[in-house]
This record gives sequence, C-alpha cells and structure tokens, in this order.
Amino acid sequence: MRRWILWVPFALFVALGLVIAWNLRNPTERVIVSRLVGRELPAFTLPEALPNRPTIRRADFGGGEPRMINIFASWCVPCIAEAPQLMELARRGIPIDAVAIRDQPQDIARFLGQWGDPYRNIGADRDASLQLAIGSSGVPETFIVDGNGVIRFQHIGAINPSDMPRLTEEFEKARR
Amino acid sequence: MRPDRVILACVALAVAAPAAADSLLPPAEWANKQLPDPRQEAQARDLMEEVRCLVCQGQSVADSDADMAGDMRSHIRRRIAAGETPAQIRAWLVERYGNWVTYAPPVDGMTWPLFVAPVILLGAGLWLARGRFRRRKKA
Repeated sequence: MRRWILWVPFALFVALGLVIAWNLRNPTERVIVSRLVGRELPAFTLPEALPNRPTIRRADFGGGEPRMINIFASWCVPCIAEAPQLMELARRGIPIDAVAIRDQPQDIARFLGQWGDPYRNIGADRDASLQLAIGSSGVPETFIVDGNGVIRFQHIGAINPSDMPRLTEEFEKARR
Repeated sequence: MRPDRVILACVALAVAAPAAADSLLPPAEWANKQLPDPRQEAQARDLMEEVRCLVCQGQSVADSDADMAGDMRSHIRRRIAAGETPAQIRAWLVERYGNWVTYAPPVDGMTWPLFVAPVILLGAGLWLARGRFRRRKKA
C-alpha cells in the first residue's frame, strides 16, 4: 500500500493555507490598465465645466504637440494630493487639459481656487461617458496623448513626487 | 473607559469625514430607472449583471451602489435603447478594459484552463471511482 498517498490531501490543505496566508499578507492592488494605450484617442464632446473656460476638445489633440489629460473631481481626496505635482508640470510648460467627473461648476471653482489651477481647458463629464470611452476606471488618472493623437501613457491614481521623473520621461518620449 | 473619553470618541466618530468621498451629483438618468420597453430592459439587465464594476471590483454593475456603476448602468441602458445589441456593447467595453470587465470571459489562450480544468477533474474522479469499484468486486 502506498502510504504516502494518504498525505496528499493534507499537503494540498497546507498548500492552500499558505496561498491564503500569503495573499492576506500581500493584498493585490488591482489596477485596470486602459487597453487604449497605444491607440488613437477616441472622439468625444464634453460641455464646459466652468462658464468662462473652454472645454476639452478632441481637435486640440494630434496637432503635433503632446498634451496631458488629467481626470479629476472636486470630491476626490487623492486629487488634492497630486495638485502640487500638476502645478509643477504646468510650470514646466506641459499643456494639461482636465476632465471633471460628476462635478458642479461652483465646486470645481472652489477646488481650483484652493489647490491651484494647472489646467488649460476643462470639460465636464457628468455621467462618466468620456471616462468609459478612454478606458479609465477612477479618479485621479492622467493620460499622455502624443502629437498624432495617440494615447501613449496612462498614470493610474494620484501623481506623487516620486512619479514625476517617469511622467516627464513619458511626456518627452511622446514628443518624439 | 472614563466617560469624557467615551464622549470624545463619539464626537471624533461623528466629525470624521469619509476618506473616499462620493460626488454630489444625482445618479445618471438611466442609472436606477428601467427602460420602458420590457424586452430592452431585460437585455440591459442581463448585460449589467455580467459587467464588472470598475471601482468596486468583485461586484457587477447591477449590484453596486457606486457612482461609476450607476453611470455604467445608464450607459448600457442608453445604448440598448438606441438599438445596439448587448454583444456590441460588451465588445466595446472589452476593447477598453479587457476581458477583466466581463464575468463571462471568452475561451482564449489565457482562460482555457478555466474551461478545461473541470472536465479533467471530473475525468480523474471517474477514473478513481472506477478503480475503487473494481477492487470491491474482486474482494
């Protein structure tokens, strides 16, 4: 009689326990990367987010120079954390257009007054339609679109100071 | 615990703001409203139960109360009402988010073990059971 075979269920049980313990200690953070990276920015039209500020327009992309799209919201707490980094990118002359998700003009104005306004044009996405169209799954997110209108990079979550070298490097790459 | 500490704790709990706030806008038009055509609503419903919520992973958009899930329900209903088929909408979402977004993944290079494993396990079980029965007969 093969005695060792009796130990197989126990070994499987221990292996399962180890897998569970390992995953409990290292919870996987699942970010959903947009499949549109490397493909053309889809067509869209969004209304103005603020009365005296033009909205983000598809026609502004693909004019030879890369641009950034920042997806944010006044109700989004991590968006406050990335505001200084966006201000720094704008200071370096990088054009950043914004999409305000499910937001109201007075709240957006208050947010920009409080945390700084690094944006060129701002569109209002009241039902996440642009967000779904470009494969974004939350706020904040930042996209880099190159001079041909092709999405080259997606940054998911707030831009921390440690993300700045990568972001500027990707922007320079999109310039070429 | 001293009573003043308890009061302090209660005040702290009442004052604490949630870390991940939600938007102040009302739900999108078709987020929680059924389509007037029952056949279309049934189609939309089936698709919503199969599409995964992006911000509350592990729930379908039909199950979730998240703002974005409501927006996705509204999106699906609007496109069904405009005459698109569930397959077209599913393909559009998969194009953007990958097979991850659907709870009914197609068979491909990555997912075939999901579909083959049950057949193999059932086969192995039958084979084991056959061995047991044969031994019984001999005895």
